[in-house]
Amino acid sequence: MAPLPVTVIGGYLGAGKTTLVNHLLRHAAGRRLAVLVNEFGDLPIDADLIEAEEDGMISIAGGCICCSFGSDLIGALGDLAAMEPRPDHILVESSGVAIPGAIVSTMLLAEGIRSDGIVVVVDGETVRQRALDDYVGDTITRQLSDAEIVVVNKTDLLAPAAQTELMAWLAEAAPGAIAIPAERGRVAPGALLGVLPAPGAGQPADHSDRLFDSVVLTPEGGQPVEELARDLATGPHGVIRAKGYLRDIDGALWLIQTVGHRWEVTAAQGPHEAGLVCIGFRDRLDRDGLAELAGVTA
Amino acid sequence: MAETIIYAARKIITMAPSRPEVSHVAVRDGRILGIGTLEELASWGDYLLDDRFAGKVLMPGFVEGHAHTMEGTLWRNVYVGWFDRMDPDGRVWSGLKSIDAVVDRLREAEAQMTDPEAPLAAWALDPIYMENRRVTRQELDQVSTTRPIGILHASGHIMNVNTRALELAGLMKPGVNHPGIPLGEDGLPLGPLYGPDAMTPVGPHVGFDRALTDCDERGLRDYGKLCVRAGVTTCTDLAARLTDDSVDMMLRVTAEDDYPACIVPLRVFFGMSAEEIVDYCVSLKPRSTERLRLGRIKAVADGSIQGFSARLRWPGYYNGAPNGLWYTAPEQMSELYHRALAAGVQVHTHTNGDQATQMALDMLEPALKAHPSPDHRFTLQHCQMADAAQYRKMRSLGMNVNLFANHHFYWGDEHYRLTVGPERACRMNACRTALDTGVPMAIHSDAPVTPLGPLFTAWAAVNRITASGRVQGEEERISVSEALYAITLGAAYTLHMDGEVGSIEVGKRADFAVLDSDPTQTDPMALKDIGVWGTVQGGRVFPAAAL
Repeated sequence: MAPLPVTVIGGYLGAGKTTLVNHLLRHAAGRRLAVLVNEFGDLPIDADLIEAEEDGMISIAGGCICCSFGSDLIGALGDLAAMEPRPDHILVESSGVAIPGAIVSTMLLAEGIRSDGIVVVVDGETVRQRALDDYVGDTITRQLSDAEIVVVNKTDLLAPAAQTELMAWLAEAAPGAIAIPAERGRVAPGALLGVLPAPGAGQPADHSDRLFDSVVLTPEGGQPVEELARDLATGPHGVIRAKGYLRDIDGALWLIQTVGHRWEVTAAQGPHEAGLVCIGFRDRLDRDGLAELAGVTA
Repeated sequence: MAETIIYAARKIITMAPSRPEVSHVAVRDGRILGIGTLEELASWGDYLLDDRFAGKVLMPGFVEGHAHTMEGTLWRNVYVGWFDRMDPDGRVWSGLKSIDAVVDRLREAEAQMTDPEAPLAAWALDPIYMENRRVTRQELDQVSTTRPIGILHASGHIMNVNTRALELAGLMKPGVNHPGIPLGEDGLPLGPLYGPDAMTPVGPHVGFDRALTDCDERGLRDYGKLCVRAGVTTCTDLAARLTDDSVDMMLRVTAEDDYPACIVPLRVFFGMSAEEIVDYCVSLKPRSTERLRLGRIKAVADGSIQGFSARLRWPGYYNGAPNGLWYTAPEQMSELYHRALAAGVQVHTHTNGDQATQMALDMLEPALKAHPSPDHRFTLQHCQMADAAQYRKMRSLGMNVNLFANHHFYWGDEHYRLTVGPERACRMNACRTALDTGVPMAIHSDAPVTPLGPLFTAWAAVNRITASGRVQGEEERISVSEALYAITLGAAYTLHMDGEVGSIEVGKRADFAVLDSDPTQTDPMALKDIGVWGTVQGGRVFPAAAL
């Protein structure tokens, strides 16, 4: 069975992690998301989404669930991976003071799961000030330095010049990440999780989707896969995430996954059709450049 | 009328300001009817004179303000510590000075086990005294390759395991990539597991389950025995989860006629919101009994100094390690303080590093302004690195402190040369400064991290000797009488219990530590060696020899 993708959602208290998680649950579009939270202290799920609640598990409309993991993340991941039917994707909402990279190291000790990105949520209005705080500044900069995607909330409250400054600051603070501006966590699930709507599930109306677009690349013949993955992740093509299978110049099949500026190339398990889905900002996705990169005609 | 017993003793050190030393104490209904001469006490009416303590020295029963009853449960595993240590049944296990000796003791324990697949668990290893030598899985494989073996370190934050344990946890494979799991040259885990994240997946396979911080029923009874042997009659359990089941169990066990101590468990601030934990503790408080006191909260601000997870102010760690971790964010601490003060629930806060201490002070001040609370007695626990200004602030805010005096002995050398450097190592656990500043102070063992033993803890605060024999921070030493106050009334004060225990005075609970010799007439260097005959708790006599 393919490893279960796990995305860690980090960020300091009040940045909007829970709002983001609720947004993703509302727009899961047929995907079964499982959310793991440290604790149920402040109820993490909007009441109208809850279908049932018992024994540390909240059942959510559309087959999604939310569980608390206390101090045993690995046990909780193992339980989720063993569920029938298995979730499609796990979101781990970390505590506000946790360092997300450390959570990823730990969760990779569990069998059958795969890290699928670190999303750090920040409050666009306050993050730069917070990063200077004597007590929590280094916690916030450590969180950002682990990020692959930064969701920047409240950018709508910033003047254009301040937004530009903030984005420049984030590019330094989170060098491995792509920053996505958002209002109240409204980011298309596809951009964050790479989960495209299941066929036939229908696209929920959500204006945040209009910010993003995707392009499918199906190159013929072999590619230098490592270089291609690197260029997708670090090049100027506006790609937030890319995932798919490509053949190298010797004909071997590889799984390519990029999140933010980080990329991963692993040997494909079993047969797959070659093809790569790239998701990016609608206004920045460089279709021609990507086609050229992959040696195909767009 | 209830029976009156008058105990005659060689000397009774009362801690009562008006009569500091007497020869007799009268007990009725489990409480102290009076102190003085036999003549004075005889005037209360009929009595039974009991002179079994005629050769003994009585002190108020000791109060341990920061320990964990899980030590009672840990003793069911094999002890492999560096120092000699007494188990609940009074057997002294010799300290082990080499890994070979550890392996030998594990082999002995293994030979007595019948099920070849049952886990073998040991505890209290401290390789700091063996040049920080790492223990590999192959070394533990010498004991057994069929059963999982795990050794929990004295710090509680490191575990050593054998190959079988790694196999069961699914970690015996190449490609494990975790900062807490070092790999050998063969690309497989070496055996040590650093930190809870690395330990958690393996712990259940070696007999250390997920609820390690809670003691079980037998453990609580065994813990009571340790209290008697140490002269302790009131003891905190400083970070309990206090589930419904565990509260019921603790109520049942402590209510047993022969349970020898009053246990004060604090609900740890984890897994609940500030609102929930305050409400929960308010609901627990009325369930308190004579021997189980409920309704207090323990918060944890940061990690540990020797684990480099404590939060330090500039200039940070001496060896350049990055700053530690917050376990509770400032905003969460603030909310907890506000709600707890509003509800009248006491909070004890673990702060090891000086930045964590500052954070707690900074969060408490506005909360106190919002909810003026005379006599709140919020207490900083460990508070190892506080400086003089922070003590002055504690005094202004009406805070108490409970310092980890035993740390000098066990890890003082390590702090001096590695974690915080000479100057800050010498001012760690600054008992002298706390008292001179007027901050109410207790001192503690943090058992099972170090052994429960208030006389040892007093010795540590009086002498500040490290394991290598150096005096570290002589200016911060305190006198014997100050130390004896700290382990009785000092600790009782931090729990709002100084009106009922901590001194031998009329009306208080008849709690005595029964000692073989007089700590005020002993060479201060021999304080830790004074024999403990047993205790009297609530008027009930508990000879250690009869446990």
